[in-house]
Amino acid sequence: MSGYNFAYLDEPTKKMIRRAILKGLAIPGYQVPFASREMPMPYGWGTGGVQVTAAVLTPEDRLKVIDQGADDTTNAVSIRSFFRKVAGVATTTRTREATIIQTRHRIPETPLTEGQILVYQVPIPEPLRFLEPRETETRRMHALEEYGLMHVKLYEDIARHGAIATSYAYPALVNGRHVFDPSPIPRFDNPKLESPAIQLFGAGREQRIYALPPYTRVQSLDFDDHPFEASKAEGACALCGATESYLDEIVADDRGTRRFQCSDTDFCAERRAGAA
Amino acid sequence: MYVAAKGGEQAIAAAHAWLAEERRGDRRDPALSLRQIASQLALATARVMAEGSLYDEALAALAVQQSRGDLVEAVFLLRAYRTTLPRLAASRPLDTGRMVVERRVSATFKDIPGGQILGPTFDYTHRLLDFALEAGDEAAAARIAAAPAPTRPRVSEVLGREGLLRDEPRQNAEPTDLTRTPLELPADRPLRLQALARADEGFLLSLAYSTQRGYGRTHAFVGELRIGAVEVEVEIPELGLSVAFAEIVVTECETVNQFTGSRREPPQFTRGYGLTLGRCERKAISMSLVDRALQWRELGEDYAGAPAQDEEFVLMHCDNVQATGFLEHIKLPHYVDFQAELELIRRLRREAGGAGEAAE
Repeated sequence: MSGYNFAYLDEPTKKMIRRAILKGLAIPGYQVPFASREMPMPYGWGTGGVQVTAAVLTPEDRLKVIDQGADDTTNAVSIRSFFRKVAGVATTTRTREATIIQTRHRIPETPLTEGQILVYQVPIPEPLRFLEPRETETRRMHALEEYGLMHVKLYEDIARHGAIATSYAYPALVNGRHVFDPSPIPRFDNPKLESPAIQLFGAGREQRIYALPPYTRVQSLDFDDHPFEASKAEGACALCGATESYLDEIVADDRGTRRFQCSDTDFCAERRAGAA
Repeated sequence: MYVAAKGGEQAIAAAHAWLAEERRGDRRDPALSLRQIASQLALATARVMAEGSLYDEALAALAVQQSRGDLVEAVFLLRAYRTTLPRLAASRPLDTGRMVVERRVSATFKDIPGGQILGPTFDYTHRLLDFALEAGDEAAAARIAAAPAPTRPRVSEVLGREGLLRDEPRQNAEPTDLTRTPLELPADRPLRLQALARADEGFLLSLAYSTQRGYGRTHAFVGELRIGAVEVEVEIPELGLSVAFAEIVVTECETVNQFTGSRREPPQFTRGYGLTLGRCERKAISMSLVDRALQWRELGEDYAGAPAQDEEFVLMHCDNVQATGFLEHIKLPHYVDFQAELELIRRLRREAGGAGEAAE
């Protein structure tokens, strides 16, 4: 698109973002402040992820964008067409073929490989935010590795409900040092955070970038007698029959009939193509 | 059914075509020109410039038109454009003492050097709907005073000479640019003022109002409110001089606040400061009240726990582009998270003794 630099952002801005990304990779799980720009889509709609993608994108890349695991959700369509317009890069819906995948709320079912980059859109980067609303205070808590409050919260869950009542954005300890928020992915996806791919997290409104280098240790918080459990709905995909993938619940009629289908549309389509 | 939200590209294109149609309005009427918007809806344009942090009447008018008059949306459009502009230089501080004023009032002195000038104000109008306007009557042209306005000293300088008004520490260092550096807390006053200058008018108005009602009371009087044109100068180090490259209209408000002294400061008047691009009087006054409330730490006052005193609360929530984006993102699909919650709730109810199953 004329009038704009490759991938929308000007080069000095990309450089600033890349420096934040490198710092984030050097200190896995640490939230690096960065001078987030106003983007032509609203805050809260993926501006952090879009800035990270714009900063790492090269003309040779093949981009996949998913929202809720699907390539055809409206915001994924909008972001994919944004990059087609401002960067002219090839796009794909195939997880295996993508070099960069921007995602909101899911990690693809198909295992990622070395050389791939997964970019997360993050609404609230601070895992301690809902325990302590002040940024000045939570930064201090991370600096001092003071995570007792989080453990107390998880303990209280168990005392009250018999289980940890966090079903998405489930906190984890990165590289044995920083507690981090994996963005609102279902906790089903947490085990996939230990990955051969580079994982970058962008929070535009909150001006934070953080990262997981390949093969970083990521331990979902738990207790010895209440180990972490990656849960999902019991059932099988009505389209491909998968029982091991994360399922969306579809209300099929107004009498409350429900059926399930894979949230990851590429995974589901590939299985059906394989079966045919 | 919610899966219909998986509409994809065609649905988006159709929605935007419909939006363009609605924006145009009734085609029997002529379309508004940007000149009409900038001149007849001048205060809407001004608000968009102030909160968009970009002084350009034509672009602000375009944003007002494109957004169908949704001013927060218009501010967003202008901000998204602003972000693509290079930052070339920092101007010298504006000398508002040399402002060519069109309005200038003080609530603290009956008469002030240079006089009080009401200017084009809504004040003292009776808020009666003017049906003559509806009938298309043209207002008679106003008489224009002959004498050009002389430079007028600021009221604060009058009080300052007597030592009654707290002298503000001068900082000649270039202030941090909020749009180029991530906000870190605690913020210094230049940074706070920057954030307030682009903050949402409604948010500042309510905060300022809350201080008047006792939530962090600061006993403010409008020392001076002035609106007018000022020159913007930039220093050219190679030439060793500064040149004026633009003239912009700004609104400036300085409040004078009663202050009985603290452990650190003697009894004196203190001030709050508000400055906005364009004619935004309500915003400038609100800003100066909030600025004053936020100064409790510098002045050694007690923290009363009032929202307007809470720097992190004010600065993190005053930007309407950030706020509206995050608020409205809850319209986006969240069915993955919701599914996880459904599963959890069903499980917790099962474990709570089958009560859930009976109710289902």
